Amino acid sequence: MGIESALGKGFLTTRMDTLVKWARANAAWPMPMGLACCAIEMMAFAGPRYDAARFGSEVMRFSPRQADVMIVAGWCSYKMSHAIRRIWDQMPDPKWCIAMGACASTGGMHRCYGVVQGCDNFLPVDAYISGCPPRPDAVLHALMKIQDKIKKEHSITLDT
Amino acid sequence: MSLNLSEYLQKTVDDLSGNFADKLIHVYQSSGDTFIVIQADALLEICKYLKENLHYIYLSDVFGIDRYTSEERFEVVYNLLSFKHHQRVFIKVRCEEENPEVDSVSKIWKAANWFEREVYDMFGVFFRNHPDLRRIYMPEDFEYYPLRKEFPLLGIPGSIPLPSTTPDTD
Ligand code: SF4
Repeated sequence: MGIESALGKGFLTTRMDTLVKWARANAAWPMPMGLACCAIEMMAFAGPRYDAARFGSEVMRFSPRQADVMIVAGWCSYKMSHAIRRIWDQMPDPKWCIAMGACASTGGMHRCYGVVQGCDNFLPVDAYISGCPPRPDAVLHALMKIQDKIKKEHSITLDT
Repeated sequence: MSLNLSEYLQKTVDDLSGNFADKLIHVYQSSGDTFIVIQADALLEICKYLKENLHYIYLSDVFGIDRYTSEERFEVVYNLLSFKHHQRVFIKVRCEEENPEVDSVSKIWKAANWFEREVYDMFGVFFRNHPDLRRIYMPEDFEYYPLRKEFPLLGIPGSIPLPSTTPDTD
């Protein structure tokens, strides 16, 4: 039975890639980009009732240097988009992005000159959440989608 | 239409028409509020009088209106309150579409500073002698006035740049 029988008790073999992806997927620290009302629902997502800690994501990092997932919660204006993009650029790779709510995804009801009609105009969004505002469990769902994505991505092995 | 004024508002209107008879254009009521349309050149005098003699010490808001008419297109409205008498009155001035300009009341009420910047930003009405007439919501180099009626709802594509999505190349 392969190498495990030679190593004796207490050893388990796996692929490095799988291990790294498992670690990444279960410690996705969010960068809360709370811009409007959706941000209040985002707080509930980290609170005890919905308990993002189950997914290793309770550590909201207010420093982009330590965050993996940016949650854009709320509508973003053209003026704000530059600040958001700068913070995104400061986050280390690999990183993921959630557009939370109708406004972040499409501009929502703010169909006007000042609001960017969807933050995917300047950010690479991985998961969109519908709703106005979405419930915190929808944010958990998006987080789980991102976890699935992380587990499927290549981490340290090359795509051959 | 006959006006239904409280005692204090009646006094306000009487005082103004006594002192500035040729500067008042129109007094009317709408939705329970009283509006006094005045000539733009008398704005400073009348505002001073309202503050000093009639105790309208609180400038609650200044806003613009685009009437979209060929004459006197823009309107600037001053929302005044007297706390002592619990009264509110609106003062209106009108200006032309070409180079709309109104005197700044920021010397009389400090609050006017940001309110007037907002009207300038949104309607392009210039305020004479304003201490710091800069845009307040829109980017400094924005060329348009978004609340003018001909401005498209979704803005003018490309008029406000989005951040670059390839940061390594710029
Ligand atoms: S989607 Fe709704 S709740 Fe969320 S920011 Fe927009 S308006 Fe607010």
